[in-house]
Amino acid sequence: MTWFKKEKKALETPQEKRVQTEGLWSKCEGCKVILWKKDLDANFQCCPKCGFHFKIGSRARLEMLFDEGEYTEHDARLFSTDPLGFKDTKPYSERLKKAEKQTGLSDALLTGEGRVGGKPLIVCAMEFSFIGGSMGAAVGEKITRAIDRCIAQKLPLVIVSCSGGARMMEGAISLMQMAKISAGLARLDEIRKPFISVLADPTTGGVTASYAMLGDLNIAEPGALIGFAGPRVIEQTIRQKLPEGFQRSEFLLAHGMIDAIVPRKELKGFIARSMNLLGAWENH
Amino acid sequence: MPDVHSQNAVIRELERQIAELEKSAETDASREELDRLRAQLEAVQKPSSGGPKDAWDRVLLARHPQRPYTLDYIHFLFTDFTELHGDRRFGDDPSIVCGLARFEGRPVMVIGQQKGRDTKQKLFRNFGMPKPEGYRKALRVMQLAAKFRVPIITMIDTPGAYPGIGAEERGQAEAIAYNLKEIPKLPVPILVIIHGEGGSGGALAIAIGDRVLMSENAVYSVISPESCSSILWRDWDHKQDAARGLKLTAQDLLGLGIVDALVPEPPGGAHDDPAYAAELLRPHIATSLKELSTLSEGDLIRRRHEKLRSLATYVVER
Repeated sequence: MTWFKKEKKALETPQEKRVQTEGLWSKCEGCKVILWKKDLDANFQCCPKCGFHFKIGSRARLEMLFDEGEYTEHDARLFSTDPLGFKDTKPYSERLKKAEKQTGLSDALLTGEGRVGGKPLIVCAMEFSFIGGSMGAAVGEKITRAIDRCIAQKLPLVIVSCSGGARMMEGAISLMQMAKISAGLARLDEIRKPFISVLADPTTGGVTASYAMLGDLNIAEPGALIGFAGPRVIEQTIRQKLPEGFQRSEFLLAHGMIDAIVPRKELKGFIARSMNLLGAWENH
Repeated sequence: MPDVHSQNAVIRELERQIAELEKSAETDASREELDRLRAQLEAVQKPSSGGPKDAWDRVLLARHPQRPYTLDYIHFLFTDFTELHGDRRFGDDPSIVCGLARFEGRPVMVIGQQKGRDTKQKLFRNFGMPKPEGYRKALRVMQLAAKFRVPIITMIDTPGAYPGIGAEERGQAEAIAYNLKEIPKLPVPILVIIHGEGGSGGALAIAIGDRVLMSENAVYSVISPESCSSILWRDWDHKQDAARGLKLTAQDLLGLGIVDALVPEPPGGAHDDPAYAAELLRPHIATSLKELSTLSEGDLIRRRHEKLRSLATYVVER
């Protein structure tokens, strides 16, 4: 028998760690204050002290926006076919299955039809926890179908973006979704029903460079990272540190890229009011 | 005259640029540029062959320093080229060239990204990486062409849209997005020719059209193989695997329905004989323009929207 024995313990993955610390308390990423989760829930997942906006899932987003949190989901079972048969350190098909299991979604976007202030509309919300909210064939087709539905039923549209951009594992197929969706929005122009683009933290790459910047109104949540290139890529290209607040909502507002910054708890009211002002539901 | 340098001058220039970069501080960006230059040197020194090519071989050919650039093709294929500058908003972006010209006597609007050959030209053209004013200039002249019912030809060759502070401040994402939405509305034929590097959104912003041609050794991708390797494999050594996996060659994209036709190149690649490469492209442009000009304006736009609507629909309901 040895005096000292090293216990063999399996390597802990960060995910297991996250489960262990999950409890009744949360630390604010903005002001580092410890928050009671129930306070966060009551405040739309925003810090009651500093107003920091936590990321929220697509289901929570739709429940927050629709009257009584009620909506009919569309295209819930629409999956990517893994058109390239892509494989890096593990097969893309496995990444898809894992993300589906974790989120209960078929891909990184949820479409709902429901009412805001009693009036009908379609809302699409991106799911960041599904492969970084990246856009491939399924996201592209779901949004395009949502646009088709808006055109057929003469409904206004809201898309809440929260995404790292186009999905690498679907190569040029992902790139083409930018063209497909943007052309769809050009068709939506013709029926003169408003499209409001809501930009949440983060919205970058091919998502920003297509539908997220194409709203009749582009509105952002406070403090969201919004841009074409990610800050790391820019820093590497220009070889200098980026200024504080670069590519945040407030920076975009100052540079004329968005119409307004709207805190999450005012988002529903803002959408209802501006849709009404634009005549979204006249002659409906 | 096209500024295609002699083999030895190109090798000397590349070696000089590599030595210069090796002296400067090591960052990921300089490393990527260094990798690029070394690969280009390798490509120049490698004897041309007409044999089968791997995806990575095609990446090297697409970036070959002697490959004809947009202005070279314009020189070979068009007459009366009259360059038009500026976006009427902020400035003129030399990484996108635009102008009226004649193709076999017929007026056309030509638009394309332009790379530079020597260091001075590379900097002037910003390595073929456009800024928002470049994309806005492109749309402005496209709308000008539409007003006077002149067909549009775009020539794609860019590593991507420029990732810089000014570009972000002036709305790089918005400039690209707005083009994607406005180009489909134009009532004139639009022919897209991907003849070099099709670098993601930076290429797509002027690559929406009725017919998309792609040169045999061109590549078109959502991300560079190098960046893909560094993000997914977390190192720089899997760029060949990434190139293969991304399905970025003309053959792959033809199979996926993203490209309509493949344009052959001289056996070793377009750089072997730029004038001949242009002659191989000529009949493709002629046929495409002829076919598209038979369509009425309404049909053109309707067909374009139908094509874009069905583009890259790789989904299944289950």
